[in-house]
Amino acid sequence: MRVRVLAFARLRELLGFGERELELAPRATLDDAWHALTAGVPDATRLHASTRFARNGVVSDGTTTLGEGDEIALLPPVGGG
Amino acid sequence: MIAVSPDPIDLQALIAAVGDPAHGAICTFLGTTRMTSPGDDRAVRALDYEAYAAMVIADFEAIAAEARERFGPLAIAIVHRIGRVALGEASVGVAVGAPHRVAAFDACEFAIDTLKARTPIWKREEYADGGTAWIANTPGGST
Repeated sequence: MRVRVLAFARLRELLGFGERELELAPRATLDDAWHALTAGVPDATRLHASTRFARNGVVSDGTTTLGEGDEIALLPPVGGG
Repeated sequence: MIAVSPDPIDLQALIAAVGDPAHGAICTFLGTTRMTSPGDDRAVRALDYEAYAAMVIADFEAIAAEARERFGPLAIAIVHRIGRVALGEASVGVAVGAPHRVAAFDACEFAIDTLKARTPIWKREEYADGGTAWIANTPGGST
């Protein structure tokens, strides 16, 4: 299945994309997507604990199962205000 | 009024957006860009804000709804800038109109504190020496 991935701020810079498509096995989770996206990028891998995920605009746990066409987002610690 | 925009924040527009003859108070907050970060003495030249805009708009709406649940009937405007913001300019503006001042003060503080804790917006400082860094808000902090 295919999902759309958004990466922001430090993760956007480390992973080299702000938006991309990603092919995943059926019933893959947000953590599966994270591991696929950060494999080979140790500086990004280290940020797992501080990264929140969103699925279709809703903050979601890493164990959340994804569906075809989902939009997922990788959210580093926020700094608004 | 809920918005994410590269344009300078117009405080009078925020105030006008929450005006209501049933209200006796309007409380406003502007967050302005500062020339140093806590614990870092490098001079900041400018700031850049990045946002997951669709989620920010939904979250600002949720913050407004949560504020009304906590503090009663209110009108709330929240605007955050994205892109480059020069030193001393407002990066975020909140205005709350309420029947009485206590609810206006409390809801205004709640809105900015909640935004800083969770809304998907990121800040990159650019220093006078050309370096840059992404700056995260301190959990529960006052910065």
